[in-house]
Amino acid sequence: MIQVQGLVKSFGHTYALRDVDLEVTQGQFLTIVGPNGAGKTTLLRILATLLKPTSGLVRIDGLDVASRSAEIRRRIGFVSHQSLTYSKLTVEENLVFYGRIYDVPAVKERVDTLLTLVGLEARRHDAARTLSRGMQQRLSIARAMIHQPSLLLLDEPYTGLDQQAAEMLRQLLQTITAESCTVVMTTHNLQRALELCHTVAILAKGRIVHEAENTSLTLDDFQQAYWHYVGDRWPR
Amino acid sequence: MSFLNKVLAIVGKDVVAELRTKEMFSSMLVFALLVIVIFSFSFELRVENVAQVAPGILWVTFVFASTLELNRSLAMEMENGCLDGLFLAPMDRSAIYFGKMLGNLIFISAIEALMLPIFSVLFDLNLILPSLLLTIFLGTIGFAAVGTLLSAIAVNTRAREVMLPVLLFPIILPVVISATKVTGGILDGVPLADWAHWLRFLVAFDIIFLAVSYMTFDFVVQG
Repeated sequence: MIQVQGLVKSFGHTYALRDVDLEVTQGQFLTIVGPNGAGKTTLLRILATLLKPTSGLVRIDGLDVASRSAEIRRRIGFVSHQSLTYSKLTVEENLVFYGRIYDVPAVKERVDTLLTLVGLEARRHDAARTLSRGMQQRLSIARAMIHQPSLLLLDEPYTGLDQQAAEMLRQLLQTITAESCTVVMTTHNLQRALELCHTVAILAKGRIVHEAENTSLTLDDFQQAYWHYVGDRWPR
Repeated sequence: MSFLNKVLAIVGKDVVAELRTKEMFSSMLVFALLVIVIFSFSFELRVENVAQVAPGILWVTFVFASTLELNRSLAMEMENGCLDGLFLAPMDRSAIYFGKMLGNLIFISAIEALMLPIFSVLFDLNLILPSLLLTIFLGTIGFAAVGTLLSAIAVNTRAREVMLPVLLFPIILPVVISATKVTGGILDGVPLADWAHWLRFLVAFDIIFLAVSYMTFDFVVQG
């Protein structure tokens, strides 16, 4: 599904990603953890075709992100730090708009389905700006799912959510992943990182420094690994 | 058809958002009105034949008021990262350009339509002439075309409100000069043959600006 080899991204003389290798198979849930400035958002924005790699190979479903970006965009849904929704439009109008620019057939029915899925049917006629942070995040997920993408990219989706909203989001992501959608999520919350994923990777200073299957991984083991690679003992 | 649907979706979204709050429309209207009134009173004191300066005042008013709309047009896409939302869609980025450009054209034209009768009264001129309306439409296409492109550049700068006029005014000068000359010719009742070359200039600049903006928009906005 996703193949990344020797990915480098620099902004002038600053390197955000250095020689990143990554492989994600169909239906897999990969969580990437790392401290602020590790390059998580840059990596997701490259996968989402919003940034071009400086060098290296990035393929999604065998398609190169640099040259086949339009085809890739049909397959991906991206949930960013920001909601990517129009505050003056209603919840429903936002989804219908995105449905139209994604050429979604029977867009009204799709919007109804998504509003039920994310629990926003009662707020469908309310302006997006009136929603709480948790609701905006759920609207953002509905927006990202409008075209039924096979790959969902989530950039720190739990940021700014209270416990209740975070739990609702977790349940929503569980439902989505049950539909065999491939998911790549970034977070710096180690507990959240292990909740749903099949594989977890640690990104530090632009490099994938650790990758592990989440079959028998405990939070303590993972925290130790995280601080080993990211903490002060990590060579500067 | 799919391309057109996407363009219309973007235009429709902008129109609905603006109709809901009318924030920019009312600002543009008040601003245009103030410019006309100030010009009207200041020229009335010093200029004997106001009709001679009317074409210039008309176009200065339209250009100044349009700058407000052009500044807002792409800026509203920065709120909540919506521009990324558009870039993520599987469509040619020129659809975004044409959608935003048509939205700008609609809002600017609406303001012009409201301003013309007021201008007619204040300057005692009949401006509701088919040839003049066509000229205004052509001129508006010109600065909506290039203004939409430049607003995409300015929106990523820190001083975007200042940056847009600095970039826009020198570039749209040919459109403003042509439009003003054609407007003057029409209001003075000069035969078409005497100002037809300015009309051709205006059409040519519109085509050039549209073509260049279409070809460069993707380059301007890419990350």
